Amino acid sequence: MYTMLITNLEYVPDRRIVKHLGLVQGSTVRSKHAGRDFMAGLKNIFGGELKGYTELLNESRDEALNRMMRQAHQAGANAILNVRFSTSSVAAGAAEIFAYGTAVVLD
Amino acid sequence: MDWLIEFSGWIITLVLLLIAFFTGNRNEKKHYESILRREEELRHIMVVLVRKPPKNFCNQHLVRGSVVISSNYFTRLLAGFRNFFGGNISAYETLLDRARREAVLRMKEEAAKMGSSMIINMKFETTTLGNIHDPRQQAANGTVEVLAYGTAGKLRKKEQSAA
Repeated sequence: MYTMLITNLEYVPDRRIVKHLGLVQGSTVRSKHAGRDFMAGLKNIFGGELKGYTELLNESRDEALNRMMRQAHQAGANAILNVRFSTSSVAAGAAEIFAYGTAVVLD
Repeated sequence: MDWLIEFSGWIITLVLLLIAFFTGNRNEKKHYESILRREEELRHIMVVLVRKPPKNFCNQHLVRGSVVISSNYFTRLLAGFRNFFGGNISAYETLLDRARREAVLRMKEEAAKMGSSMIINMKFETTTLGNIHDPRQQAANGTVEVLAYGTAGKLRKKEQSAA
């Protein structure tokens, strides 16, 4: 885990941007194991929230954020501004989660 | 007993449809009740859709909330008919409405846990997830993921900034 300011605003009030380090990104493709998939298939008949999938996507988003932070950390940044998320389903039962933003150094 | 075996496929479908209809209706009603209750509880957290934060905005951090929600077998069948004749499919409208409000509530809950009072620049992100058992019905199965994310923070008090 890296301690880093992550925000989807374009600047931070009261703090000046010293250096721009460009785009950083993190992505992950993940799928759930067969048991959960089966349960989700059953749940799909009756409707409602598919908790297994919510969990899966939450974990993947954490992972994507972590990878983005690692990249920013390597570049020497202490904040990432204007972070965006994007999701796409790659194959049946697998989803790609993508996070990207601008790495900067704040004073 | 031969006819029972012959029509077992139809009977199973009918029973599933009936169960889906009743549980779906009950689920939706219960979900709306919980949404309305929690919305009232979290009313104090402001969600402001502006890109520029106010000058005294501090303690900022990213918050997000997401939900994967699926329609039931019955509404999918109904929607299939509706698709043929055209018009709005209210079953899917309520599905998406529930998903969006739930996602916003989860985001607000996360912000409340961190002691924030405001969320700025919130964005929605919607994806349809493919059916796990039949790749051919990618979009037809009515499973949708909604993510809401934004920057949570507090407004610094005037006397603190003067000191």
